[in-house]
Amino acid sequence: MTERINVDDVTTERALDLYREMLRIRRFEDRVYQLFLQGELPGTLHQYQGQEAVAVGACQALNDGDWITSTHRPHGHALAKGVTVRSAMAELYGKATGCCGGKGGSMHLGDPDVGMIPAIAIVAGGVSVVSGMGLAFKMQRNGHVALCFFGDGASNEGAFHEGLNFAAVQKLPIVYVCENNMYGASTPFTATSLVPNVADRVAGYGIPAVIVDGMDVLAIHDAVSEARQRAAAGDGPTLIEAKTYRFAGHSRGDARGYRSRDEEAEWKEKDPLVRLEYSLLNAGRAQESTFARILDEVNTELEDAVEFSRQSPDPRPEDALTDAYATPIGTGTHS
Amino acid sequence: MNNNASPTNTDERRLTIAEALREAIAQEMERDPRVFLIGEDIGIPGGFGGAFGVYLGLPEKFGHERIIDTPISEKAIAGAAVGAALMGMRPIPDMQYSDFLFECMDELVNQAAKMRYMSGGKLSVPLVMRCPVGTANRGAQHGQCPESYFIHVPGIKVVAPSDAYVAKGIMTAAIRDDDPVLVFEHKLLYGSKGREQAGGLDLTAHVPEGDYVFPIGRGLIKREGHHVTVVATHLTLYRCLAAAAELALEGIEVEVIDPVSLQPFDTDLIFSSVEKTGRLLIAHEDTLTGGWGAELAARVADDCVYSLEAPIKRVAAHDVPLPVAPILEQTVVPSQERITREIRALCAM
Ligand SMILES: Cc1ncc(C[n+]2csc(CCOP(=O)(O)OP(=O)(O)O)c2C)c(N)n1
Ligand SMILES: [Mg+2]
Repeated sequence: MTERINVDDVTTERALDLYREMLRIRRFEDRVYQLFLQGELPGTLHQYQGQEAVAVGACQALNDGDWITSTHRPHGHALAKGVTVRSAMAELYGKATGCCGGKGGSMHLGDPDVGMIPAIAIVAGGVSVVSGMGLAFKMQRNGHVALCFFGDGASNEGAFHEGLNFAAVQKLPIVYVCENNMYGASTPFTATSLVPNVADRVAGYGIPAVIVDGMDVLAIHDAVSEARQRAAAGDGPTLIEAKTYRFAGHSRGDARGYRSRDEEAEWKEKDPLVRLEYSLLNAGRAQESTFARILDEVNTELEDAVEFSRQSPDPRPEDALTDAYATPIGTGTHS
Repeated sequence: MNNNASPTNTDERRLTIAEALREAIAQEMERDPRVFLIGEDIGIPGGFGGAFGVYLGLPEKFGHERIIDTPISEKAIAGAAVGAALMGMRPIPDMQYSDFLFECMDELVNQAAKMRYMSGGKLSVPLVMRCPVGTANRGAQHGQCPESYFIHVPGIKVVAPSDAYVAKGIMTAAIRDDDPVLVFEHKLLYGSKGREQAGGLDLTAHVPEGDYVFPIGRGLIKREGHHVTVVATHLTLYRCLAAAAELALEGIEVEVIDPVSLQPFDTDLIFSSVEKTGRLLIAHEDTLTGGWGAELAARVADDCVYSLEAPIKRVAAHDVPLPVAPILEQTVVPSQERITREIRALCAM
């Protein structure tokens, strides 16, 4: 049975916007998976289906000028932060029109124009780096906030503990969003921690930690808004632990033998898209046709992005040799 | 002496590198109760058996006390390996990708490498770190070949097997060695999975069933020739072999050497080859500047100066991080075409 979420405090227009944002990610991921299986996309994929509410709720709570860091699973974060579907898709195709010009790829999506550094595929890498982003904002007194997405598994890295403690002591304007999807690759979080929540670990650093329903976009949005305010006011970082689930395997070709189909089915019941749709329908706030129309529009946007990517030029081979330094330094004999 | 110790009779037992490594580890675990595995996603039931499936089947055989799944904590993995090794165990820590070695540089460089020396020779750190390398369309943080960082560190041995026969023997040697050994393996060479991306190579080799040692510090002549010596590892080695076959049609006889060990190098083997051919080209997938090719070139320049008839050449990845787009990636890492062209040019000098 689908569990309703509280939609009383949000306008219908806003709720439908959030729905559309989540659906765009869901359909992007589904489409990308097909393209991958068809051999159109190189490399590997870490997919985001199931976790859409976290990226969308969090990014919608940010202001212009705020930045995010992301992980090896960045597609949802990128789209939610405003990387265009075209430039994200083209990047997965390795095309010159991609958001990183074909140099980054799936694990490094990002675009400074929308406030997202290239996603960091080293687990917990973002937790280190975000300290400096927050530090810069504090020194620049610009009121901006940095938001760091990371997984449950990342909380086992030294970088997590050093980064959090430093940011706490310095009262940096940072919001940490931990997406606890219960697994780091094949390893259950519970096999790696004697405390059940990532939030429990944060007590040692003297900053607030909030656990939220990661399948409820509105709950995430509210929690992040509050944390953002606190950060911007100079009161320091907050950690938000979103309890969520990835519907797909860890990466392509993961047969998910380490978790049960029952557990998966249980979490599918909490699908953040279905829940929002169901709650709005139930409250008489939207019609089935509204959702059908949004789906149509999102699909059109996606097909446009696929076509755009297919038509886009490859990078030129010589582009491989630029961008390592601000000014080329000329290193030795190359052939 | 023919250094090609690997028989090629096709009727014989053939294994992939992944199978050969698994067999070596299993046999050593059987033989020596001090040997154990530690790392991320290595033994989770229903899981992956390590990032490349090398440990599949081992937990059933040896249990979870000797196959220890860890949190995502490379410092803990490496630190625990160093400490356990100091206290008489023989740990095999696993790095899913070599790129993550940078998470535990302190444990490797400051601790593992220096304990024997700092203790005046009283302590040993017999650990074997498994480190997969190589480009595979995964971008800048999942394809580096960091072997060369570690040849710079006195106290650490560095090996890089490229075929199944050597893989089993050198893994066995590494486990029995009393010093820390980093074993670098190429992702596209493990077995059938990487075959397509590796260019349709048959990656199996004859592997004897019983245990044997391929000594650390010994290289292999993979193909004999008298015009030019080419030294290469991993996927680049196979590209060099293909280039050599191509050049043979033009009358250029290339001697191809798999150095296997990068610290220590088999300098005897390489020097005597260069003395015979008078020409040397070194090829690796790591970037050019400060790569192991630079060290080898310096040694050959020192020792074989009167035999050299041409400058020593290196073919390496360009000095940039790894891009993800296939066309960019192919530009950065040495292709067969680039290797062939460079060998041809060197022989014309
Ligand atoms: C430092 C480091 N160690 C290991 C890995 C390999 N790896 C990639 S993703 C992953 C699991 C991450 O789990 P979590 O942080 O929970 O994120 P999720 O995949 O669940 O989104 C692992 C072990 C890595 N990329 N970086
Ligand atoms: Mg996780």
